[in-house]
Amino acid sequence: MSPEKMVHMANQIATFFRSQRGDDQAERVAAHLRDYWEPRMREQLKEYVAKGGEQLDALVIEASRQL
Amino acid sequence: MKDFIIPFDERDMGTPSRTGAPVSLTIDGISVSVPEGSSVMRAAAEAGIKVPKLCATDSVEAFGSCRLCVVEIEGRRGTPASCTTPVAPGMVVRTQNDRLRKLRRGVMELYISDHPLDCLTCAANGDCELQDMAGAVGLRDVRYEAPQSGGLASHFTARDNSGQANPQWIPKDESNPYFTYDPSKCIVCSRCVRACEEVQGTFALTIEGRGFDSRVSFGAKSDNALASDCVSCGACVQVCPTATLQEKSMIELGTPTRSVVTTCAYCGVGCSFKAELNGDQLVRMVPWKHGKANRGHSCVKGRFAYGYAHHPERILKPMIRERITDPWREVEWDEAIGFAATRLRALQEKHGRKSVGVITSSRCTNEETYLVQKLARAVFGNNNTDTCARVCHSPTGYGLGQTFGTSAGTQDFDSVEHTDVAIIIGANPTDGHPVFASRLKKRLRTGARLIVIDPRRIDLVRSAHVEAAHHLPLRPGTNVAVLSALAHVIVTEGLVDEAFIRERCDYDEYLAYAEFISDPRHSPEATEALTGVKAADLRAAARLFASGGNGAIYYGLGVTEHSQGSTTVMAIANLAMLTGNIGRPGVGVNPLRGQNNVQGACDMGSFPHELPGYRHVKNSEVREIYERLWGVSIDPEPGLRIPNMLDAAVDGSFKGLYCQGEDILQSDPDTKHVAAGLAAMECVIVHDLFLNETANYAHVFLPGSTFLEKDGTFTNAERRINRVRRVMAPLNGFGDWEITQMLANAMGARWHYTHPAQIMEEIAATTPSFAGVDYALLEEKGSVQWPCNDSAPEGTPLMHVDGFMRGKGRLMITEYVPTDERTGPRFPLLLTTGRILSQYNVGAQTRRTANVVWHQEDVLEIHPHDAETRGINEGDWVKIASRSGETALRAHLTDRVSPGVVYTTFHHPDTQANVVTTDFSDWATNCPEYKVTAVQVSLSNGPSDWQEEYADLAARARRIMPAAE
Ligand code: SF4
Ligand code: SF4
Ligand code: SF4
Ligand code: FES
Repeated sequence: MSPEKMVHMANQIATFFRSQRGDDQAERVAAHLRDYWEPRMREQLKEYVAKGGEQLDALVIEASRQL
Repeated sequence: MKDFIIPFDERDMGTPSRTGAPVSLTIDGISVSVPEGSSVMRAAAEAGIKVPKLCATDSVEAFGSCRLCVVEIEGRRGTPASCTTPVAPGMVVRTQNDRLRKLRRGVMELYISDHPLDCLTCAANGDCELQDMAGAVGLRDVRYEAPQSGGLASHFTARDNSGQANPQWIPKDESNPYFTYDPSKCIVCSRCVRACEEVQGTFALTIEGRGFDSRVSFGAKSDNALASDCVSCGACVQVCPTATLQEKSMIELGTPTRSVVTTCAYCGVGCSFKAELNGDQLVRMVPWKHGKANRGHSCVKGRFAYGYAHHPERILKPMIRERITDPWREVEWDEAIGFAATRLRALQEKHGRKSVGVITSSRCTNEETYLVQKLARAVFGNNNTDTCARVCHSPTGYGLGQTFGTSAGTQDFDSVEHTDVAIIIGANPTDGHPVFASRLKKRLRTGARLIVIDPRRIDLVRSAHVEAAHHLPLRPGTNVAVLSALAHVIVTEGLVDEAFIRERCDYDEYLAYAEFISDPRHSPEATEALTGVKAADLRAAARLFASGGNGAIYYGLGVTEHSQGSTTVMAIANLAMLTGNIGRPGVGVNPLRGQNNVQGACDMGSFPHELPGYRHVKNSEVREIYERLWGVSIDPEPGLRIPNMLDAAVDGSFKGLYCQGEDILQSDPDTKHVAAGLAAMECVIVHDLFLNETANYAHVFLPGSTFLEKDGTFTNAERRINRVRRVMAPLNGFGDWEITQMLANAMGARWHYTHPAQIMEEIAATTPSFAGVDYALLEEKGSVQWPCNDSAPEGTPLMHVDGFMRGKGRLMITEYVPTDERTGPRFPLLLTTGRILSQYNVGAQTRRTANVVWHQEDVLEIHPHDAETRGINEGDWVKIASRSGETALRAHLTDRVSPGVVYTTFHHPDTQANVVTTDFSDWATNCPEYKVTAVQVSLSNGPSDWQEEYADLAARARRIMPAAE
């Protein structure tokens, strides 16, 4: 998957959960990624974060640490 | 093959049924009790007495014009017509005596005197009520005769006896591809006119003229059936007692001798049909009156468009090729299956277990879909299974799962009869779900009100005798903003059903939601500029929905196929909960499913994260059920979804795909990306009826079977499990479930299903919501709606009656997020897509039937203002370009679309509308954002380069080398 597309998809998820109540948004983003993203995709995301995670929503970066 | 014995009463009861307090009366000495409001004719039928009749039939209201059904009633003068006389308590009726017989003979004599006596060569011979009635009343001679000198007119001779042209004679109208109208045989009973009005709701037919001059007409503005408003639903043909309106297939093939009840394989309404046959020759499909989804009605697709089963382009022999640039080679089944199995296993050895996957079809049966996902999970050993429902209703699964606890429509279709206010959002039922549209229109004509939320002025906004109370023409992509504004009005104006919320929903979530939605930023005034919907209209619509009685929401792909598809589904669920419109007839949240078995494909575990019954693969208790039964271990991680498979293919980690009954190249967005993904794979197996577009990239082609050729079940949009029954032997040799089984076994599985009923047994044994389903029950009941288990042994017409599946209903915060697909100077217009009545999905089937007379090509609808500024005239070739690609098609100027919005369908591969759509998708499910693409439109000379290149490539990819002798 192109990095731009991955960043776009991950940020969309973060945007939704940011709008939700509570203070567990990062956990919920992580849970969503665990439930719906195939391990290859999660791996790609983690690698991308490790390389700086450019353009990624802060919530995604936080969530990626829990994957 | 044994015929299905129909355990249902197939008689024509003469007039429609009524519900009312019982009324007792005596007919010919037999006492009978029927609901108040029933006709004497119907009461007689209930008592087993057939009163002769011509103009009455039980699918339309009585009209009382033929006077063949006269009876005597004690204490009343004269001989009233039994079809128009309601029963009364204690009535004593006689249906037979000398006086009545004489009257009836007189009536028949008059009819027959103006009817050609060519019964022996008439297509309706043996299926004609006029014949039957002549027999029933004992008509023995006809005393009227035309004088030699001419003068006395008839309707059925082209010339009168003196040789003069007969002005009363009208030639046969054969313009409709499926039925003829022969005015010379018409008895002007007006059944057809009433059927077109009452059952179909199109009002295409009228009776013109009076007395002897009265004729059935397809409307003044047209001179034939094809050019008229007629939508070819067949309701008039169905009720016509004579050969006047007659299926062409009957004219050609003769009267059928046996019938099998089965289910339409087109849309999610799931209409039941009687397939009527001679031997194994299908003569016609007749909607079945005991079908609970359609109640005896149909649309042009299910009733007439089945000819693709015998289309010469259908592939009947398996084919393989080394490379996709080679021509196809026809081989035996063994070789094709062996080739596929070896390649897939080799890919797995080289690139890992997860390098291959499957795509199941929402056109195939539940049993077939179940087997395909089982192939991935038990034989491939991964969860790489997805379905085309990904690209249509996956957000329904997520959104309703979050709010209600399960992914399904809450009602049955009968529920619409109790609806007072209907919201239709992002759906175009008259084209996409025609039989549901007819049922809705029927209710609208008796007083229900309608709110349409759609960028385009769909037919329901204004058509014959139906007008929407409000049409909110929103800008594509602003669904959430509009729904939130509706909720804002309901909450801030105190229109919430507090009692319902307190009892049925999570109250804390509600309070948080109420606070969120009351914020002025959600008010219709604040969002007007964004959505294009006038605040006053929106407020009025919200008030109507909240206070107009039973409110039902019906929605389609215009809701799901957006970046915020899942959020929109939640917003719809919120609206239903806020107004207390859940859990009784007439209300609810109703996704209109696109293809026939979208619901079933989702139920059967086609999604990569879910085992059958919507249970996540991470749950070990669920995995254990299957692990024990299948003797394998199941991967606890979710698999790849269709777009992810294509991405992984381009990245080189996904190499092989078994694709059953889907044409992802034509139906999925961003065609170029799909093509690149497919081209990067080393083994693509396409299992389909035709060499579809995806097959251009395939190495193995396994010929599929049509719904007429196999047993199984489909689950329609109301969760109704309907039987599909084998009507004729599969031309390709096998049902699709058998082919999947061969592939599985060639890869080392040991499956030995001998009938789909056994697959259903396995589904029932492993899936709680299907626990009570088996073929015997379906045989007995006709159909059942899941959940069907110990607590609901006969199925569940209405869901969430006493509580939600998840316990308390959950109102979700639905913040509007604009899509990143924005218009700008380069791409200033918004493209949205849809479908039309006569074609279905990518058109693989309907394009191969006579339905093409209604839709030969896809056109681009554009508002006259936008056309004018671009110098575009009606019918011009225009180029439509987005950041993904460009294609060309002809323009149609219309104000059905607002300025700034253009619209097209995607039924034809030459158009390649998906070359233009982008890879943006729903945030939760990756359902592609088909409904919003920023585009530019300009004049062009003809097809684009891509279209020409592609047509060339497709022609090369479709070459077939005949098998060596
Ligand atoms: S066309 Fe058939 S149904 Fe219609 S009025 Fe004539 S006979 Fe009756
Ligand atoms: S086919 Fe349907 S739409 Fe056409 S005239 Fe008959 S009832 Fe009306
Ligand atoms: S396409 Fe849909 S509405 Fe038409 S006959 Fe088939 S199931 Fe019914
Ligand atoms: S059937 Fe009753 S008047 Fe025709």
